[in-house]
Amino acid sequence: MIEVKNINKSFEGKKVLDDVSVVFEEGKTNLVIGSSGSGKTVLLKCMVALYDIDAGAILYDGRDFTKLEDEQKRSIRKEFGMVFQAGALFDSQTVEENVAFPLEMFSEMSKSEIADRVNFCLNRVNLVNANKLYPSQISGGMKKRVAIARAIALNPRYLFCDEPNSGLDPKTSILIDNLIHEITDEYNITTVVNTHDMNSVLEIGDKIIYLNKGQKWWEGDKNDILDTDNKEINDFVYASELFKRIKKASQ
Amino acid sequence: MNLFYFLGKFYLFIQKVFKKPQSWKWFRKQLLYEINSLGINSLPIVSIISLFTGAVIAIQTAYNTDSPLLPLYTVGLATRDSIILEFSPTIISLILAGKVGSSIASEIGTMRVSEQIDALEIMGINSASYLVLPKILAAVLINPFLIILSMGLGIFGGWAFGVLAGSVTTTEYVYGIQYAFKPFYVSYALVKTFFFAFIVTAIPSFYGYYTSGGALEVGGSSTKAVVYSSIYILLANYILTQLILA
Repeated sequence: MIEVKNINKSFEGKKVLDDVSVVFEEGKTNLVIGSSGSGKTVLLKCMVALYDIDAGAILYDGRDFTKLEDEQKRSIRKEFGMVFQAGALFDSQTVEENVAFPLEMFSEMSKSEIADRVNFCLNRVNLVNANKLYPSQISGGMKKRVAIARAIALNPRYLFCDEPNSGLDPKTSILIDNLIHEITDEYNITTVVNTHDMNSVLEIGDKIIYLNKGQKWWEGDKNDILDTDNKEINDFVYASELFKRIKKASQ
Repeated sequence: MNLFYFLGKFYLFIQKVFKKPQSWKWFRKQLLYEINSLGINSLPIVSIISLFTGAVIAIQTAYNTDSPLLPLYTVGLATRDSIILEFSPTIISLILAGKVGSSIASEIGTMRVSEQIDALEIMGINSASYLVLPKILAAVLINPFLIILSMGLGIFGGWAFGVLAGSVTTTEYVYGIQYAFKPFYVSYALVKTFFFAFIVTAIPSFYGYYTSGGALEVGGSSTKAVVYSSIYILLANYILTQLILA
């Protein structure tokens, strides 16, 4: 479980996060939604301490992450897995080297054990015959899958995904969403996903937090979101013609 | 004020770099890779420039010492001293600042803007130490060999092209390069090389590491890295010369 308590973050005097408090539950796919510039990515980067917060606290299963020294933060970070928006795969390494990297860095596994684990993770994300390819030789969807495989290689307790299906076709997008949801269930981890994709919300949103102008405006799940009378949420959810038609049909 | 900000930020960066590596196995692997990338790959350019600069120094010295009062062995003497004292340690380091410095700044800068450095941090890795320490150590280890090679080739180039041009004879050139030779000059050059190797890797790494934005900013960091490392090499050259020779 991750508890975010009253955090604030400003850049050059401009408030990007304003007194945000959220609890991300264990074993659930927690989605943070909101339009571009609402503060989703900043919230995620504050949670993993890529940005220092101005005020508030972030607790990982009761451990106050914000008060720790760099070295102590690093030891908690070993429990993190993160999927970046563009994958952030290491260009100089092949697919299998990317997945093996955290294992070689932090585990005591032998070469053959690492190779087995790499193959297991790549199979888990349905990626076969790509072990020897470099990131520049694979598609966007494959990059996301490699990033997920790398993120789960060390059995993380917390998984963070920053817009994991941006730039992907609808079919691959659903595949990635389902993969994240299945992994969360399977390993009972706390997953936080940033997205502005409404398909993701309805597919995997066990818990949904809506951010607007750096503040938390709404909290619920995928069953509540279509029926809420919150104007900002409705503007966000029913922005597309498809959802407008669905709403009209259901009425 | 900006200078103090830079110095403080650079000091904190270096403090982060000189930390115990996360994995010695990876560190050794990275160190060997960087020795090859920064050192061995620089051999061709260092060799070509040293050979031809030695040649030009010898021919120009011969051309400018066209006086019966000056012995012809001055050509060997002047070539040796110019090459050992200044050309090899300083000018070759400036050339490496261009070649190696821009490559380091753009490599690390690209990793920063494509979130690869963030990915390392999220894994619990000290990204500055992981990326930069092997580069600094590799340059400090391999650059003295490059500079010694440059000295040898420069002096050889002076002899070969000087003799070919008819500017000097082998006997006089060899006498000149042996005349009043102080081995301390080589030590002085190697001490400078050690400091320059640090500058050539640490300054570009710093600019690359703190790049923010996109491709345009990576290019900007690369340019800054070359300009500032060249300036710091010249500044360090002056200070070290004052301290060691004055």
